[in-house]
Amino acid sequence: MEVAADIPSYVKCRKVCKAKLSANRCFKFRKLLKKVSEEELFSKGHRACSGCGAALALRLALKAAGKNVIVVQPTGCMEVVSTPYPETSWKVPYIHVAFENAAAVASGVEAALKALGKKDRVKVLAIGGDGGTVDIGFQALSGMLERGHDVVYICYDNEAYMNTGVQRSGSTPLGAATTTSPAGKVSFGEDRPKKDMPRIVAAHNIPYVATASVAFPLDYMEKVRKALEVKGPAYIHVLAPCPPGWGYDSAKTIELARLAVDTGMWILYEIENGKERITYKPTVKKPVEEYLRAQKRFRHLSKDIIQRIQEEIDKRWKEIFES
Amino acid sequence: MLKEEVVEEKKVKSYRDIMAGSKAVATAVKLCDVDVVAVYPITPQTPIAEYIAELVANGELKAEYIKVESEHSALSACVGASAAGARTFTATSSQGLALMHEVLFIASGLRLPIVMVNANRALSAPINIWNDQSDAMASRECGWIQIYVETNQEALDSVIMAYKIAENKDILLPVMVNMDGFVLTHTYEPVEIPSKELVEEYLPKYEPLISLDPENPVTMGAIADPNYYMELKYSQVKALENSKDVVKKEQEEFYKLFGRKYDLIEKYKMENADIILATLGSVSGTIKDVIDKLEREKGYKVGLVRVRLYRPFPKEELLDALKGAEVVGVIEKNVSPGIGGGALFNDIKSALYGKSDAKVIGFVAGLGGRDIPPWDIEKAIEICTLAKKEEVEETYWLGLRRW
Repeated sequence: MEVAADIPSYVKCRKVCKAKLSANRCFKFRKLLKKVSEEELFSKGHRACSGCGAALALRLALKAAGKNVIVVQPTGCMEVVSTPYPETSWKVPYIHVAFENAAAVASGVEAALKALGKKDRVKVLAIGGDGGTVDIGFQALSGMLERGHDVVYICYDNEAYMNTGVQRSGSTPLGAATTTSPAGKVSFGEDRPKKDMPRIVAAHNIPYVATASVAFPLDYMEKVRKALEVKGPAYIHVLAPCPPGWGYDSAKTIELARLAVDTGMWILYEIENGKERITYKPTVKKPVEEYLRAQKRFRHLSKDIIQRIQEEIDKRWKEIFES
Repeated sequence: MLKEEVVEEKKVKSYRDIMAGSKAVATAVKLCDVDVVAVYPITPQTPIAEYIAELVANGELKAEYIKVESEHSALSACVGASAAGARTFTATSSQGLALMHEVLFIASGLRLPIVMVNANRALSAPINIWNDQSDAMASRECGWIQIYVETNQEALDSVIMAYKIAENKDILLPVMVNMDGFVLTHTYEPVEIPSKELVEEYLPKYEPLISLDPENPVTMGAIADPNYYMELKYSQVKALENSKDVVKKEQEEFYKLFGRKYDLIEKYKMENADIILATLGSVSGTIKDVIDKLEREKGYKVGLVRVRLYRPFPKEELLDALKGAEVVGVIEKNVSPGIGGGALFNDIKSALYGKSDAKVIGFVAGLGGRDIPPWDIEKAIEICTLAKKEEVEETYWLGLRRW
């Protein structure tokens, strides 16, 4: 039953289902589960921390994408942990060039596939962290989207520069303490709200944009599959908790990622050809304090700030789920 | 038919035209059947970007033309395309080359045979769109093969040769062909355009040694810790050093097929010359004229070496060429702030150290597009003549107004 909670369609149909089947007997759920490949294309042995949400995001993305992809990565946690020369975790062709140019490199790879007549057989998958995507790599990404390259770009968002030791990024949420936005006598941590990257990407009018979470693997993989099928650029922004950066027990990654969705801190949706669809609505809206208190980066927050964050969420929740 | 006859027949299809240097470059790109072009326009490279766009728009060149949003992305896209097995081309200038700086090192470190034409232009500040060579000189340690050309014909030929050199399996390094902005890019000269068949004979289809291919997955751009970094750098640097012989060989091959002879360094009136000037690029035309004039009028014996291949540095060839010289005067359009003279001056001095007693004098000239008139070159030669007898300064700025 627990596993089923992550398939939005199952949760939805469970309410109307007369059979009241448990998850593993449900036809729809089994069908979705069957699609998941057992092949590991992002192999174990990489140097990521235990409980790393981003490593999980890569593994699941490749399960959905299959063998015929070329992966492009900017510099970042996942690049560093997965390719210590002469080893590699990648069982698919892989290239890393620099921090700010994954989207440009992916554009080049895609153009080459087109020029060499391999476009139909091989897909291009760029996977960057929030630093390489929403900050330093933003211009290259915008260029790639605007030019319409047939590339799927996945941003694994751990909400700070984790590779260099937890410095704030444009994707760091309000109130989070990082090493460059520390909490102090006159500071409550990051003083700016999180950059709404999926919306900015959607403003490029590309065919597919989605948000996802590692706590909802089937939903996420389905989105990756959809993105790969789409002709033209597609973008998936997946929330990937980071145990050392966020400050929580590494066994709790999935719990925390789910809590982010259940509190409304992170909303799962997709925008397909301009049409927006919520892919998962939490059955019970949990107070955001539960999510914040579970992490060291928020533990300094006063009631006022938590209240402010809750109000922001309530406003958004109302707009999205109650309109 | 004999092979020679076949070549002769293919040569017949070549034709002559009068064109700007940028068009000569675009024509070379077309002849080389480039797969992916990624360029961002910048003065004075712009016409190269425009001519290639036109060729693609007319279907004359079947290539993917990526209209990138910056030079950084231009070279990054070339890196991606080249890694995926395509023959790639980019062109830039000055600030654009500076913006590419980071990726220049990566392109050579990943051993990708990208070819770039750099239309030499001064670097800001103060912002200046005119010709000098400080942009390319600032990139001389990036591990690229650097060639400096004198004419539009040489620009066209060098792009063709550049692919052959870059794609050599023992080399696999990017090549930067430098041509003086405006002086060549915007100036019309007669150019012989070789036939496509002849170029195909010289330059076979690009077959990458390894590429991003799901059938045979590889990881490119891995992180190398202190245990591995040095060895990887060593093999890259060795490849660059070895490329000198490949450049030589390819120039000879080129001569056999196309009938135009190029060398690592071009020598002019070197016999019995006790003063030898050294330079890069298009200014050598003016220098040759001045040398002729002074020989006629004053009986001066002045020779000239034009360094065509600058990286890898043709040390042995230069040593050999300069062995009879009493004074070597290096006239160049770039400056190495804080050490004096320009980059070529310092390179030649270090090459001659312990091997020759020649005095080396550096002349910084033509920065930011300042004209280098014949009388400035005459002045440089007079200083070199004086240096034979007495102590002179080590470096001079030619054409500098003092106020």
